[in-house]
Amino acid sequence: MDWYPFYNSLRIAAISTVVIFFAGIFAAYYLARLPRLVKGVLDVVLTLPLVLPPTVIGYLILRVLGPRHVIGAWFLRAFGLRLTMTWWSAIFSTTVVIFPLMYRTARAAFESFDRTLADAGRTLGLSNTYIFWHIRMPVCRQGILAGMVLSFARALGEYGATSMVAGYTPGRTATISTTVYQLWRTNDDAAAFRWVLVNIAISAVVLLAVNLLERRPSPQRGAAA
Amino acid sequence: MSLEVDIRKRLGAFRLDVSFASDGDVVALLGASGCGKSMTLKCVAGIETPDSGRIVLNGRVLYDSEKHINLSPQKRRVGYLFQQYALFPNMTVAGNIAAGVRNGSRAEKREAVEAQLRAFRLEGKGDKRPRELSGGEQQRVALARILANRPEALLLDEPFAALDGYLKWQLELELADTLRAFGGNVVYVSHSRDEVYRLCDTVCVLTEGRSSPKCRMRELFSSPGTVSAALLSGCKNISRAERLGARALRCEDWGVTLRMGCDVPEDAGAAGIRAHYLTIAPQDGENVIPCGVERVIDDVFSTVVMLSTPGGRAGRSLLRMELSKEAWAAQGNPRSLLIRVAPDDVMALRGGVGHD
Repeated sequence: MDWYPFYNSLRIAAISTVVIFFAGIFAAYYLARLPRLVKGVLDVVLTLPLVLPPTVIGYLILRVLGPRHVIGAWFLRAFGLRLTMTWWSAIFSTTVVIFPLMYRTARAAFESFDRTLADAGRTLGLSNTYIFWHIRMPVCRQGILAGMVLSFARALGEYGATSMVAGYTPGRTATISTTVYQLWRTNDDAAAFRWVLVNIAISAVVLLAVNLLERRPSPQRGAAA
Repeated sequence: MSLEVDIRKRLGAFRLDVSFASDGDVVALLGASGCGKSMTLKCVAGIETPDSGRIVLNGRVLYDSEKHINLSPQKRRVGYLFQQYALFPNMTVAGNIAAGVRNGSRAEKREAVEAQLRAFRLEGKGDKRPRELSGGEQQRVALARILANRPEALLLDEPFAALDGYLKWQLELELADTLRAFGGNVVYVSHSRDEVYRLCDTVCVLTEGRSSPKCRMRELFSSPGTVSAALLSGCKNISRAERLGARALRCEDWGVTLRMGCDVPEDAGAAGIRAHYLTIAPQDGENVIPCGVERVIDDVFSTVVMLSTPGGRAGRSLLRMELSKEAWAAQGNPRSLLIRVAPDDVMALRGGVGHD
């Protein structure tokens, strides 16, 4: 059994998760400070990928990054680089698809954060950066970790947008989900089934991790004195 | 040592208009909940920004709307004790105190933390998390953290609101020591007249966002000046009143005219009498009111008697008299009584009376 799809799926999911960790908490943190109307509009835009069909997302990405479209054409001219149909093209699609998951869980975590903790830090002379990384993030750790694990799991299972943006080339852009589809289409039922089992196993492990995370008491809740 | 605050801020329909100063003393901001006490503290600390005004601490301008000065909370050096103490739950007790130490090498910081742990009787608690501590210990950690920061002013927001009653007394004694040792500008926000009377030197009453001039704590109780200050100082009997000459007040709700021990201010619109200052009179005389006994309430250490006055509005303006259980027992349960208030104990007040 060629393990390339397994390795490729993990690497795409891991990189997208790192990207949306920063993008998601950044958006969640700064959006909270915007005026109500702007916040409402941006919130809709940022959450849209959650409800759009992945094929629509794939189409939109191709419209921007495709070799005959604005950014894609520019990259091709300037660097001779094709942004689609490579293994890392899938990072674009998975990142867009999982962004709302991270953004919304981070936002929920930040909203439950006790504002007076940050205020206390500021009156003590602590910098806003220090307060963010040493107080806000640790206190919201549980929600943010749960968001990351969920995002990772979703990235691993991404099929629609990825198949459009990265395609299916065995040994180059194949992921577990595109491989299952390809094997099933070519009537290689036994091989498809093996990959289905692999996928179920990974997903089960990830969800188990989420449950374990949720069981550990976070500093924000915990027994009151 | 001085802190001058003079700020205005609009919050929807609510308007904050507060002005007071501390000359290194402990100033109480006394007011009912929702009157803008906490908002005032937040403006002083820089967590909220007023619409206009000026805040000056020991000669340093923290905020000045005209000169467009608005220092960040980090630069103000104002210690803020939050109602729930705002200890960082992800850090240990020692970590929390260390977060308050502004600068110094690692060794110096550790030493400063050790010193604070000793000073606040927290030895052996350094490695604990805030949630493992009792409410009183949490308060001590919060104070240790603030004082490790060497603030120039201390703002305390209802320090005992989060604590059980039986804990408060001991902690209040400790807090009194801490405040004395601090010796700087302190603003103490509370709605409890008892707490404020014991812990503060001067008091500034806040009514619906507006501050009244600061006065000595004793004056608040002897001559509160306004209806809201009288109510906050615990005055139980208040009637609408009209000035009748230099030393007489016609109290409309009670239907009586009372002689005053001092001159009645021109703008007096109400009269106040403390429940303890009503006494039983042997015979008719000056400031003696014949009353009907409406209700007798047996309180913990005293007896409360609700009295109707001859010209009083039925049921709504009863006088409340408090006396010792023995003194009441000696009266033999009368249906009517002559009661007296000394002219010096009648307080002329400004401001409106809400009877509903």
